[in-house]
Amino acid sequence: MAAAATCGTGTRSTGSVVVAASRNNVTSFQRRGPRASGTDSGCSRLVSIAGTRPSVRNGQLLVSTGLPALDQLLGGGLAVGTVLLIEEDKYNIYSPLLFKYFLAEGIVTGHTLLVASAKEDPADILQELPAPLLDDNCKKECDEDICNHKTESNIKMKIAWRYQLLPKMEARPVSSSRFGHYYDVSKRIPQELIEASKWHGFFLPEKISSTLNVEPCSLNHGYIKLLQFIQNIIYEEGFDGSNPQKKQKNILRIGIQNLGSPLWGDDICWTENCDSSHSLTKFLYMLRGLLRTSLSACIITVPTHLIQNKAIIARVTNLSDTVVGLESFIGSEKETNPLYKDYHGLIHIRQIPQLNNLIYDVSDVKDLAFKLKRKLFTIE
Amino acid sequence: MFPELNNLLNTTPDQAEQGKLTLLCDAKTDGSFLVHHFLSFYLKANCKVCFVALIQSFSHYNIVGQKLGVSLTTARECGQLVFLEGLKSAVDIFFRPQEDPHPLQFLREANSGNLQPLYEFVQEALKPMDSGEAAWRCPVLLVDDLSVLLSLGVGAVAVLDFVHYCRATVCREQKGNVVALVHDSGDAEDEENDILLNGLGHQSHLILRAEGLATGFCKDVHGQLRILWRRPSQPTAQRDRSLTYQYKIQDKNVSFFAKGMSPAVL
Repeated sequence: MAAAATCGTGTRSTGSVVVAASRNNVTSFQRRGPRASGTDSGCSRLVSIAGTRPSVRNGQLLVSTGLPALDQLLGGGLAVGTVLLIEEDKYNIYSPLLFKYFLAEGIVTGHTLLVASAKEDPADILQELPAPLLDDNCKKECDEDICNHKTESNIKMKIAWRYQLLPKMEARPVSSSRFGHYYDVSKRIPQELIEASKWHGFFLPEKISSTLNVEPCSLNHGYIKLLQFIQNIIYEEGFDGSNPQKKQKNILRIGIQNLGSPLWGDDICWTENCDSSHSLTKFLYMLRGLLRTSLSACIITVPTHLIQNKAIIARVTNLSDTVVGLESFIGSEKETNPLYKDYHGLIHIRQIPQLNNLIYDVSDVKDLAFKLKRKLFTIE
Repeated sequence: MFPELNNLLNTTPDQAEQGKLTLLCDAKTDGSFLVHHFLSFYLKANCKVCFVALIQSFSHYNIVGQKLGVSLTTARECGQLVFLEGLKSAVDIFFRPQEDPHPLQFLREANSGNLQPLYEFVQEALKPMDSGEAAWRCPVLLVDDLSVLLSLGVGAVAVLDFVHYCRATVCREQKGNVVALVHDSGDAEDEENDILLNGLGHQSHLILRAEGLATGFCKDVHGQLRILWRRPSQPTAQRDRSLTYQYKIQDKNVSFFAKGMSPAVL
C-alpha cells in the first residue's frame, strides 16, 4: 500500500487513496482489464482513478451505478468493461431515471461521458440529470453539525472522530472522490458541473445523414455509426491505453438509450421474422468486445416488452453482462394489490456476471420492489 | 478440474477417453463452470487444447484457471493451448479490415456466412506437430459457446456443419475430443437454438446438462446436473446411463451431492 501512496498522482486521488487503502482487499490476482500500457504498476491503476474501487470479491475494478442500493444488489457496483442492460418498464417512466443516475454519477466523479440517443438530444438529457446531495442527508445527525461548523477546531470530534478521516465536503460543488452518491430527483444538476465535465453526444438524426463508407454487413446503419463513434472516442482519448497517457486515467461511461427501438432503425419491435434480426445482437457483441479492452462501463436501456421475437430477448440477455428488469405497476392489476401499495414497481435482477470467478455475489433477497419518493429512488 | 465431477464421470486426467464429443448445455442457469472444468482437466491431462472463447476474455479464464490449478499463460506460451479470443478478434476485424482470411470472417458478411475459416483455424491449430517436440496426448477442441454464433448471424445448419467437420477431423482422424457449450433457451421459442441443441444431442457421447432448480432460487444448492452417457453410433436397445446430481459452486470447487442430500438440509 505504500507503493500506492507514492504513485498516486493528482489532488483528487489523495482522498481516494486513503479510502481505498482502508478497504483495498486486493488478492494476488491481477485486475482484469486493459492489457495495455504496462508502464504503470498494477496498484497505481487501481487507486488512481476517482470514483472507482476494487471489488472485495475478485479485485475487479468497479464503478458506481449512481444508486447505492443497486450497487449493493450487483455485488458492489458495475464492473469496468461490462454492460448493464436495463429492460425498460412498460411506459418508460423509471428506466430513464436509472439512466440519468448513471450519468450523474459520472459527472460528479469526473468521468468522461458518452451519451447516445435516438430520441432526445444528449445535451438535453444532460440538463435533466438529478442534482447530487452533497450535504449528505443520509449521514447521521452529528455529521450535519460537522458540516455546518467546518471552520471550527477538531476538538468537537471526540465522539464522532471517525468522520475526520473522510474527505471534507466543500461549499461549492466539486467532483467528489467517494463511491456512490445520493441524488435529489426533484432538482436539476448545477450548470457548472455539466460544464466542468467532459462529454460526447451521439444523436442519431444528426449523424445518420452522412454517407457511409463501409461494406454492407448485416448490422444496422445506425448501429454501425454508433460503434464507430464509440471506437473513435475510446481510441482518441486513450481509454484503451493506446496512447500513453500523461494525464490521469479515467473511465468512460457510455449510456445508450432505447436501443432496439424503432427510432434506431431496427425493426425487431414490430415484426417477428425480421430481416435484420441479428443487428442488435451483433451490435451488443461488438460493444462488449470494445468495452472489454478499455476502461469503460456502459448502460443500455432496451424496450424488451416491445420486442416480438422472444428468442431475441433471450439472446440479448445472454450477451449482456448484467441485466436488470423493471416492471412498473402502472396500468397493471398489481397496482391495487395491498402488498404493493407503497411501491411503484418491481425490480428483477436477471443476470449478474461471474467475472474472474466461478460464483457471483447474489443477494439473499430476490423479491425487490422500488419506489420513487419525492427525492429518492429506493429499492427494498 | 473438480475432483468430485471426475469421480462422477469416472475419469481421471491420466485416462482421458478419446474420440468423444461432449455436449454441455445449461438451462436457466449458467453452465460456464463446466467449461472451466474441462479446460483445466484437459490441460492437466497433457492434451493439446484449442479453445475458441467467444464469450469472455482471456484473463477471465486465466484467473479462474489459476484457482483450479492450471496456468493458461504458460500453456499458451509453450504451445499446449491455442486460444482464440472472440471479443478481441471481433473488434479487430470489424474496425480494421484485413485482407487475409480471419477465423471470424463471418462477422463482416451480410448474409449468414459459413464457418469455414473458423474450421480451418481449428484444423491448423490442432494438426499434429512433426518437429518432434513434447508430444501432447490428444488434441481437444473446446468451444464456449455455440449459441453466440447463432446470435451473430450464422445459421444453425452452418454451426452444425462446423461441428461435423470438426468432429470428423478431431475425433476420427486425430482421435481427440470435442467439447462444446450450448445454451438451452427453454421456453423462449428459439427455434434455431433448439435445432442446434437437438442435433448435437444426437451426435454426442456425453451430455452434461446444468439446470436451475425447478423450485426456484436457493442459496445452498445452485442447480442440478444431469449426466447422460450415450452411444450415438450403435442404436441398440441398451439404455443410456443417466445420473442426476445437485451442485453448489464454491470459490474453487464445485461440490456435488445426491438430490435432497445437500449439507444445508441434512
